[in-house]
Amino acid sequence: MHSGTVHALVGENGAGKSTLMKILYGMQKPDEGTIAIHGDKAVFHDPGDAIARGIGMVHQHFMLADNLTVLENVVLGSEKLYGIGGRARAKIREISDAYGLGVRPDVLVEDLGVADRQRVEILKVLYRGARILILDEPTAVLVPQEVDALFDNLRGLKSEGLTVIFISHKLGEVLSVADEITVIRRGTTVGEVDPKHTTTKQLAELMVGSELPSPETRESTVTTEPMLAVDGLRLAVVDAEGIERKVLDDISFTIHKGEVLGIAGVEGNGQAELVEAIMGMRVPDAGALALDGADISHAPTRRRREDGIGYIPEDRHRHGLLLEAPLWENRILGHVTERPNSRGFLIDSGGARRDTERIVEEFDVRTPGIEVTAASLSGGNQQKLIVGREMSHLPKLLIAAHPTRGVDVGAQAQIWDQIRDARREGLAVLLISADLDELIGLSDTLRVMYRGRLVADADPATITPEQLGSAMTGAASGHLAENTEQPGGED
Amino acid sequence: MKKFDKERVLLGLAAPVLAVVGALIVTALVLVATGKQPFDAFHVMITYGTKSDSQVYILNKATTYYLAGLAVAVGFRMNLFNIGVDGQYRLAAFFAAAVGGALSIPGVIEIPVIILTAMVVGAVWAAIAGVLKVTRGVSEVISTIMLNSIAGIVIGYFLQDGRLGVLDKNANMVSTKPLPSSSHLFNFQTSTDPVVGFIVIAALAGVVYWFGLSRTRFGFDLRAVGRSQSAAEASGVSVKRMVVTSMLISGAMAGLVGMPTLLNQSYDYGTDFPVGIGFTGIAVALLGRNNPIGVAVGALLWAFLERASNGLEFEGYDKEIVGVIQGVIVLAVVIAYELVRRYGLTRQQRQVGAELAAAGSDDKKEVTA
Repeated sequence: MHSGTVHALVGENGAGKSTLMKILYGMQKPDEGTIAIHGDKAVFHDPGDAIARGIGMVHQHFMLADNLTVLENVVLGSEKLYGIGGRARAKIREISDAYGLGVRPDVLVEDLGVADRQRVEILKVLYRGARILILDEPTAVLVPQEVDALFDNLRGLKSEGLTVIFISHKLGEVLSVADEITVIRRGTTVGEVDPKHTTTKQLAELMVGSELPSPETRESTVTTEPMLAVDGLRLAVVDAEGIERKVLDDISFTIHKGEVLGIAGVEGNGQAELVEAIMGMRVPDAGALALDGADISHAPTRRRREDGIGYIPEDRHRHGLLLEAPLWENRILGHVTERPNSRGFLIDSGGARRDTERIVEEFDVRTPGIEVTAASLSGGNQQKLIVGREMSHLPKLLIAAHPTRGVDVGAQAQIWDQIRDARREGLAVLLISADLDELIGLSDTLRVMYRGRLVADADPATITPEQLGSAMTGAASGHLAENTEQPGGED
Repeated sequence: MKKFDKERVLLGLAAPVLAVVGALIVTALVLVATGKQPFDAFHVMITYGTKSDSQVYILNKATTYYLAGLAVAVGFRMNLFNIGVDGQYRLAAFFAAAVGGALSIPGVIEIPVIILTAMVVGAVWAAIAGVLKVTRGVSEVISTIMLNSIAGIVIGYFLQDGRLGVLDKNANMVSTKPLPSSSHLFNFQTSTDPVVGFIVIAALAGVVYWFGLSRTRFGFDLRAVGRSQSAAEASGVSVKRMVVTSMLISGAMAGLVGMPTLLNQSYDYGTDFPVGIGFTGIAVALLGRNNPIGVAVGALLWAFLERASNGLEFEGYDKEIVGVIQGVIVLAVVIAYELVRRYGLTRQQRQVGAELAAAGSDDKKEVTA
């Protein structure tokens, strides 16, 4: 790759993108091969070496301390560079102005939005003198307007002669921002393409060797029978400073059999809490839940799962897997009381193992066997295992929080197909996603969540990602397609 | 079915072996530093520790340690640090001894009653820490340490002449009323001292521990909480209830710890009743990786080291050297497990990557062909 360019790296899950980045950033050692920077061979033993050679990484998950200011976050760990006072503040201003980042040094990080936090991360890396920036899926958490702003920043960096390595699953974005694209598949480079002469379709085919999937659902399967009815759900939490904050504010909606209800929203607006309340992991302050006509407001999580709620969690490491347990034990997780996992009070390890083999086969989980730990699989394959597990119990209601996050196009298509097929059989789906194309393409009904309220609804057939994006930032409410102001939140 | 992975077994054994070898090296250095012959000392330990009366002593001690190790291991399996096994077994043994001394019914009934009493008292004492944890968020480490000393005070209060204690005027010692001889548990006679009959129950407890944890739904839930509390919660386990339940089980198991001494050896609870076994249990559980067979090996090793320390004393060595060995083993075990665990994880990740890459290149050949 060349100086002053944005170089995109695309590839399937488990293709080796993350591993390559870890090697570049000194977190992992290569078995063989070399890295050359400006013609010099470089060997990195730890991230410190990489930083010293001008390589900086912006992780997918921000590594900022919420209760510190921007200035404090930036100088943390590199106090020796410009001190911790006025000199550092001046330097931050200088970098911020030079690249148009608009970062204010004395604001608390917890008061910043996602996009601002990301700019702080970028600034942090530049502050340490990085000339090569690695951005790992930077757009996953942003709305379209924010993505555009980020791309403007990246172009600014590029014009100053910096090199940006950009990792993404969203091929449209890759094509719009990258100067060069490298496609890797199963650990090797399969092609370098010029974005000016490539379409997303061609790029996707190069990545997986198959056709580009689309999330579009073909025919409506929505029935009039309600499957999940949520009525007046409220939840307030008291944060560390003792201030009460409403995270769920009078949430009501109904999902019918065969319906996919999509919830759009910038992360942290109550979606996670809504899911946890429906799963029974959080007790709401008020409100009622009914599944298939039966009241489940006070049922424990296990009962809800047995009654037919499938759950694809947002954070699969925290809520979906036992990382240090073998795959077949992970297949049991969440369904320990159901066949084929147990018989009476005993675990049926034979049955669970056989069924895990089936899931691995049917859902194309790439693994050498079912005795390896879940941690040794790549993110997308972990996700396929979770989807396979949840679909195997024929749920009535599927809660899918970011079901294809960090998943490559091939697996994405498969997961979408699974949801569509089950929907035809009468499955109700609550879909929460940051991928607006996915939301619009899969959903039968769309709602927008902002600060704990359902502020807007939209018809997926007519809405554009931009309209949805502006509602997500609180700029619009009501029914979006007709531009008439009406209170959202009811059916 | 399950493939036998030779390397995985080796990895499993690597940590304890590394720990013991490391401890021996450190001990040898300590001996050299104090001007003693390390190999001679080890020789003394082995010859003395394997004599026939030593063997009996080791089996008897290990029975107690094994039960203590299991009690701690139940907590470890779900990331609970039950330091309170010590207080639990002492309180349990005390009240069991008091109940046993007061009853005079046939042994077949009385022995189970005594054991049951001990298990219930241990469970209740441990449950206090569990309930405090789930209702008030008190760390079980803190509460069980405090409960240990409260248990000591409670015993001290009741173990007085006129309360539950009886003063033996000759020895000037207070103890509970001795169990009737019908309630003495059977022993296995050997050429030297007898082996305690409770060893059978200890072995049974090991089997129950293994079966309960690895073969039942309940055990799966318990291990799930230990591996990831958040994932277990999402899977439908009530983590709070599981904390209390596992403390109950751990405490009930702790209640058994004093039984070999009470039913097979002392037949009463006096001021000379062994103390501190709960802490030995922590070391034994760590050494045995919470595995029922591993804990047994750990318990035997611990008992052997203790016995060997007597031999060292006869030969003019400081018996404290064994304390050094034990301490270093525990430290080394913790370090070695973490090293081996990390190595195992990265090794497996690399293996998975390598196997997938191999499969990938096969695919490519098919495509190009």
